[in-house]
Parts: sequence; structure tokens; C-alpha cells
Amino acid sequence: MVPKDLRFTKTHEWAKVEETSNLVVVGISDFAAGQLGDIVYVELPEAGQTVALEDAFGVIESVKAAVELYSPVSGEVVEVNQAVADDLDLVSKDPYGGAWMIKVRADDSGALDGLMTAADYEAYVKSAECEQE
Amino acid sequence: MPFIANTDGQREQMLREIGLTAQDLFGDIPPSLRCGELDVPRGMSEQDTRRHMAALAGRNASHLMSFLGAGFYDHFIPAAVDAIVSRSEFYTAYTPYQPEVSQGTLQAAYEYQSAICRLTGMEVANASLYDGGTAIYEAIMMAMRTTGRNRVVMDDGVNPIYRKMIRSYTSNLGIELAETPLRHGRADRSRMAEHLKADTAAVVVQNPNFFGCIDDFTDLAGLAHARGALVIVSCYPISLGLLKTPGAMGADIATGEGQSLGMSVSFGGPYLGFLATRRGLVRKMPGRIVGRTVDENGREGFVLTLQAREQHIRRHKATSNICTNEALCALTSLVYLSLVGKQGLCEVAQVCADKSWYAQKRLVEIPGVALRYPNNWYFNEFTLELPERADVVIRRLLEKGIAAGFPLSRYYPSMEKSLLVAVTEKRTKEEIDFFIHALEVSL
Amino acid sequence: MTVIFEKSVAGRRGARPPECDVPDRAEVASRLLRDRPAELPELSEADVVRHFTALSRKNFGVDSGFYPLGSCTMKYNPKATEQIARLAGFCELHPLLPQLPGGDVMVQGALEVLFEMNRLLCEICGMSAFTTQPLAGAHGELTGVMIMAAYHKHKKNRKTRILIPDTAHGTNPASAAIAGYQVQTLPSDETGLMNLRTLAAAMDDEVAGVMLTCPNTLGLFNPDIARICRMVHEADGLMYCDGANLNALLGVCRPGDIGFDIIHVNLHKTFATPHGGGGPGAGPVGVCERLVDYLPASVVRKNPDGSYRLDYDLAHSIGYVAPFYGNFGVILKAYAYLLMLGGEGLRRVAENAVLNANYVREKLKGHYDLPYPQPCKHECVFSASAQAAAGVRAIDIAKALIDRGFHPPTMYFPTTVPEALMIEPTETESKETLDAFIAAMIEIAELARTDPQQITGCPRTTPVGRLDETRAARKPDLASL
Repeated sequence: MVPKDLRFTKTHEWAKVEETSNLVVVGISDFAAGQLGDIVYVELPEAGQTVALEDAFGVIESVKAAVELYSPVSGEVVEVNQAVADDLDLVSKDPYGGAWMIKVRADDSGALDGLMTAADYEAYVKSAECEQE
Repeated sequence: MPFIANTDGQREQMLREIGLTAQDLFGDIPPSLRCGELDVPRGMSEQDTRRHMAALAGRNASHLMSFLGAGFYDHFIPAAVDAIVSRSEFYTAYTPYQPEVSQGTLQAAYEYQSAICRLTGMEVANASLYDGGTAIYEAIMMAMRTTGRNRVVMDDGVNPIYRKMIRSYTSNLGIELAETPLRHGRADRSRMAEHLKADTAAVVVQNPNFFGCIDDFTDLAGLAHARGALVIVSCYPISLGLLKTPGAMGADIATGEGQSLGMSVSFGGPYLGFLATRRGLVRKMPGRIVGRTVDENGREGFVLTLQAREQHIRRHKATSNICTNEALCALTSLVYLSLVGKQGLCEVAQVCADKSWYAQKRLVEIPGVALRYPNNWYFNEFTLELPERADVVIRRLLEKGIAAGFPLSRYYPSMEKSLLVAVTEKRTKEEIDFFIHALEVSL
Repeated sequence: MTVIFEKSVAGRRGARPPECDVPDRAEVASRLLRDRPAELPELSEADVVRHFTALSRKNFGVDSGFYPLGSCTMKYNPKATEQIARLAGFCELHPLLPQLPGGDVMVQGALEVLFEMNRLLCEICGMSAFTTQPLAGAHGELTGVMIMAAYHKHKKNRKTRILIPDTAHGTNPASAAIAGYQVQTLPSDETGLMNLRTLAAAMDDEVAGVMLTCPNTLGLFNPDIARICRMVHEADGLMYCDGANLNALLGVCRPGDIGFDIIHVNLHKTFATPHGGGGPGAGPVGVCERLVDYLPASVVRKNPDGSYRLDYDLAHSIGYVAPFYGNFGVILKAYAYLLMLGGEGLRRVAENAVLNANYVREKLKGHYDLPYPQPCKHECVFSASAQAAAGVRAIDIAKALIDRGFHPPTMYFPTTVPEALMIEPTETESKETLDAFIAAMIEIAELARTDPQQITGCPRTTPVGRLDETRAARKPDLASL
């Protein structure tokens, strides 16, 4: 089940605004993790780096695939989740919780408005359009 | 019919069984695109082919007394090297995509990677590249990916053939390539420092350099690292039996031509490019990499690994386009290094150095002959300054069956009188004396 | 199995290095020396020979059995060519000899081999000139794309993109990208081919060229290929032929006649040189008349008196791509193979390679999904998706073949076919071998239905079982140090 409070990109990243900090938390979807299979490597940026909307901010690799991680927002990376690199199985076990990747201070407060809702994303992953992405 | 097993009868039977005619098989190729009879000679028997090829081989001067090196060396090859690499289980296999039936190739590649690391003082190596020149090119691309910069400083002491290759490869890529002249036969630190700017990805040097001079690039590595650039050292693997390793100098990437490790000079190939680096850069490395792991029963085995870097997965975002590499040559070098062994490699290197030293000392006693770069240390190759044009002297000595060396004017037009002389362990004292005498009387 | 370093015994010696017969001992400043010897194995010659003999027995080569690895053309490698490449007149020839003054006369035999090889490849491929320098197929691709870039630069064309179909080998987009081009992937149509409408929609003045494998990686010849070439030429784009599958066309049809401007051929596929467990290969590149000036340096020429020379005086050349003249030892084997095969043998190669592939295709088509049912060229691509639905994937079928004495086909490529099994028998295989392979494939398909665990538990006959690739990539152990 996809948590209802998340927003999604067509490249399978999720994002939400963390209430306590007002930072945008970013991870990858359960669907994407399932497609990749066993993850062997995650490359994430360093705190302090800036990211731009739809630009690659990291890489995630399985044995037979490698995908870029695209940022759903523009802003500054404030925190990076070291736990993911330490325990790669987290990505498949807890994609929407413990396996968040980065927290970004977004340049624009309405940054997530353009992204898909959870319901839209669920429909999207079943559609043919998704296969072509 | 050569190389075809099926008889005409079998072909007809096969066509009948699948309900097609011979014409159907090529029915998708429009008649307008078919070709007629080609101008290719009729097939020859094995015996005639062998005779023809032996005649061609006989028209090559492969039996000269050779002091020609310039990066490609005539070393002795123990018979067991060829015996092992001639095993068809090795040489008729493909890239080890199915590890369960490729443990021979895979384990050998892992051992080769280990041997290259031990030799160069580095932490990880790939399973081979095409040659020493493309290895430098790949190292430069790797440094650019790692640093995000696009300026490269390269010493003139890097083999000029490799420098020509690198110029070709980088000409369309918006890479700024600064080539700095030598100073007293070695990399010019102050000139290189001038070019080492905030946008410099890599510094490229060679040891011993093309002129034979040995250097220690530890200071240069410190300088480069202070400015965030990587250091690439191209090296001659036999010399590493004696000389300080790229790893000990602080190099980030060690590359080189592996031909001297058990491969004949073979008119230019196949050769072996090696590339080794620090552990932290492994995912930026080009080429195949083999790793050790276990199977479902806990038995140790070997697989191609970190493949997400490669073209068959990452396509246009791959670290390199390389696919087929020089696996059998890597095996050759591993067998060679295993046969000569720890002590043997030191001894081979020492004998090369001793014979070269002997030749050098006697040659400079000839009136008018001097070292072009005095006050340097040499391994098994050195540059002489002759009293007349080197190419003229070479031509005279060729008539006596001696390849005296390489005329540097071929790549450095101002060095008309400079002759690059190499001495390997294969040259006897008698041959060296003969060469010295022949040179003396020819001047 | 123990790695060779772990077998080392301190003080044991193998090959005996030559004696030092000069009186002097070289002097080198100690700061320039390594502080201790490299930790290479210390073993006897017998230890080393046994170690590697044991390793060789864990390998499967063309000499071991049927090796229908699609796209790799694993034909038999004639032994005569191995012997020829070891002739001292070739293998002891220093590559810099022709760069010495008057040196061309010392290498006439070698230059004749290169010149004649180029001539034969031109005739076979319908091109104007060839270079033997590229050291492998992908290296040929890079050389070809560099030639493309040099042409456009010389004509002051502003070209930014190369179009490549989704069925292409990964080397194609990788080669285009490292030569400085953007890559645009074109989806194949429902027949598995590049579609004229898709191409037309993608074409514009910024397209530098199109890279196509002919026949493509599904083993299909595109009947529209000549029109594709014309469309690309109209925009002054160039047509690149990946010659990996040239075996299907030998003596039947020439890429140059079709309209291709550049081609690389894999001597280690089409021309029977061994693959060496992953090289050395050789990837000579041929070009049409208007690209001849851009070929890499040097070029072998024939003098009016019938002798040969190397020409380095080339104003528009892309420069050096290899240190010398290519993987000469490999070129020698391919040349000797061509001499033995002869003109009449070329067409026989294509005919038998294509017949063998179609025989396998027809015999297996009821047992495995065949996404593109038309007659194929040198290889056929099945999908194990029906079996996968029941839990037996392409990889399981591959491992079951290993237990039955066959090398598996190429798996999971092209990526446009789910659970792909790409079978290329080659012309050197007999009907008996094909029948045995077909029987094994049918038996595996049966077991996949009736007793899938029989298949998913394979291989059982190999020195190791399926290896943990995830572990290998997560915690890389890449060297014994």
C-alpha cells in the first residue's frame, strides 16, 4: 500500500514535507525497489549540496540495473540518510520509512504541488506509460 | 567443404523438415541488395596456407639483434607460458557470462587483478584493457568523472605514441590537454605546477619515462592532491621488479602496457592494458571486474561484478564502452608472473638493469657519444646523443643485422641526433659488445 | 579453490631467470627503488602448470561443446591459424621496425598481410577502404563514430545526436556517448525492426548518424534498410553498421551496397579467431569513398613496384586509435582463415549459419514463445515468458542446459524481449549437435511444466552452484592482497 500523504514523480521518487522541520523528505517507491531487486549500492549527495528539480542527485544499483535518483524539488540537501548505505535491504523492507534518502530545504514552499498523489501514482504504475519511462 | 559439418544431404533433409527452401532463408533480402561473385581467391588447403604464410613470415626481419624498445620489449618467455595459454578451455571460451562453467577464466582474472595490485602497490585492478595507451585514456576519463573537471596535464615523457592516441580520443570532448616539456630529462615540476589549476582533473606521467629516465613522483602527487587533481602513473611492469611503485608514490591510478609480461612483440598486438586504482574509486573504473563470493552451499567462487558501471547495463551512461578486452593476455601475464615468481621478477629486472648499465657505460666511452640526459638514473633504456643523425646511424647498423634503437626525431623533431637504446635480459654480453663495436666503427 | 597466492611457499622457485653475464651491477638511487619485492607466488613450474591446468578444466570453450551464445558467433576456431600466428617471423617482429629509416623493407610480409586483409574486407563488405587498427568491436565502434565526427566537422555540419534502436548492443550507445554525441533510442516496431515512421519523426539536421546492427540483434534483416539509409543520407547523416552479425550476410549481401557508410567487423566472431575468454579480439573498420581521408593513421599502401609501405602523411585522419596496426596476431588468424575458406566458402558460411538457426527456430517454436515468427538470419530469439509464469525463468533454463553439456544461449538480451533466450548455432555445427540441443531444450520445457524444481535446482554438475552476485557487489572482494 502506498501511504496517502506522499507525493510521487514519474521516475518513482516519493516526497513529503516533514511537519516538524518543514524539510522535504525524499525516497524511492516500493514499486521501484521491487523492480530493482537486491540493491547493492546507493550513492547519495553530501549535506550542503544543492539539487535542482528533476536533476539526478544520486544513483542506486542492483546487480543487473542502475538507476539515477531524480530530485522532486529544488533546494539544499540538509540531511542524508547514512542508514541506507549501511543496510541496503532497508530500501525494500521500509521504502517509505527508514529508507528515506535525503532531506531538502526546498526553494519553493509549494514545491510538491506538481507531483502525483498516491492514488495517481498507483494508477500510473499500472499504466503502459510507466513502462516506457 | 571447410569448416562446415553438414553434408548436402543433411542440408536438404533439414530444409525439408522445416518446410523451407534455400531461397526462403534469404527471402527478406531484396534481390537488388544481393551481391554477385566476389573477388576473393579460391580456398586453399591447410598445407598451402601454411606454406604461403610461412613465406610471408620469412619476408620479415624478425631475427635482428635488437636494442629497440620504446615501450615494447623483447623479454624471454618461459615455455610453460605458451603451454598453459594454449589450452583451448581458456582460449576458445567467451567472456564468462555463465560463472558455473567459467570458473577457470574468472579465477584467473581475480588472480591477475591481485597480481597487478601487488606489482603496482594499488588496491584494486580491472580484468584488462586493450593496451597501455587506451589504459591512459581510460584513466583520464575516470579522473574526469571522479573530479567533475576537464583539464589534463601530461608530461612529455609519456610515450609519444600514447600521447598521439590521447589527442585523437579527446579532440571532440572539450578537454583541455596541456603537455609540458621535460627539464633535464624529467617531468618539469614548476611547469606542471603552473598548469595545475582548480579545474585540473589529472596529471599524467610515466616511469621510467620514454627517454628511459627513472623518477619518483611523490612530490608531484602531493602537489596535485593539494589542488584536487588525480595522479596517473603509466609504468613498465618489468621495471617494478626493482622500482618504487605508483602506489608508494601516492598515485591514484596506475596504468601500463603488460606486453613485457610474457607476450611477444607480435608487430603491435595483441597486448595488454592494465589499470589499477584505490579502493574508493572502484565504481568509477572502466572494464570488467571479477570478485570472489560464495555459492548457495557456501563454496567459494568467482563472478563478474560491479557490472552496473558497464555498457550492457548502463548503455550511454557507462564508465566505458569496452566489452571484449584482452582476457587471454591478462592470463598470459599472470602465468608469467607466477612462473618467475617473487624473487625471479626482481632478478629479471636486475639483469636487465645490469646489462643496460654495462652497455651504457661502454657506449659513452665512444668518442662523440654521450648520454643526452646525464645526471639521471636509468632502468634498461637510455638516450644517447650521437655525433651525427641517429637515423643515418641506424640505417648503417641495420645492414649489419642490428636494430640499434629508436630515433627520437620520429616524434621529437629537434632531437635528430638522439638514439633511444633498450637492453633486455635476452641480449648477451657478446651481442652488446658486438653492437658497441659496430657503432664505434660506423661513426 | 585456493587462489595461487595461497599456494606460495617461501623460497620455492619456478622459471630460472637468465644469468647475468656482464661484470657490472647497475646503480640506481635507493629512493627510486621499491622497499620490498612484490608478493608474487613462489612456486615450482609444476605447481604453476597444475594450478592452471586445474583452472582450465573448470571452463567451457568451443572445443568443449556446443556454444550457441547469441550475438557472439562462437564458431569453431581452426587450429591451423593458431600455429600460423606463432611463426617467429610474425610474433617476434617489433612493431617499430617500419618506423626506422628504410624500415618498410624489413616488414614486407607483415604489411602484405595487413594490405590483403583490408582488401578482402573491402570486397566482402562493399566498402572503399578498411583499417585493421581497432582492437575490439567496441573499439571499432568508437573509431567509426570518431570518423563520423571528423566528417561532420570538416563539412561544418552542426550535428549533436546519434540514433540507435532499442535492440542495440550496449556498446553502441556507450561508444556514441564517449565520442561526444547525445544518444536517442528509437523503439522497434511490432515486427522487431526499425520503423520508417519512427525514424522520420526522429530525423532532423542535427542527427549525425544512425547506428544499426545488420541483421539486427533479433536475427532479423530489415527489408526497408536501403530506404533507411537514403532517409539518413538526405539529412547528411551517416549510416553505421555494427557488423557483429555479419556472419549472416557473407557472400550474400554487402553492407556497403545497402548504403552503409561505416562498418566494423568482429574478427573474433565472423572470421573464426578465438575469443580468449574475453579477448583479444579485433574490430577492423571499413568506410565508403567519401570517408577514406578520415581513417586513423597509419594506412598501408601498395607501391607501383608491388612493395608495401606505411603512410603517416594524412591531413584529415582522426589520428592514432591504437599504438600500431591493430591486434596483429588476431588479424593473422583471420587472414589465414579467409585464405582457407576462399570466395566459394563465404556464401556457404552464411547459408549454413542461417539454415542452422532456422532449423532450431522451427524445431523449438512450439515449445517456447517465439515473439518474431518470421524466418530469421543467423540467430533466433525465444522468450521463456510462458515458462517464467510457471516459475522457471530464462536463467533456470540456461543452467539446466549446462547440466546437459551445452553452453547456454545469450540470456535477457535484447532487453525488448522478456526472458529472452538468443540462440546462434553458427555454421560449424552439425545436424546431430543441433538435434541433441533441441532435444535438451524440449526436455527442459517439459520439465518446466511437470517438475519445475528439476530445472530451478540446476546446475548440479558444475564445480560451483549459482553464485551470490549480490554479496559480490555489496562487499567487493576484488583482489587477494
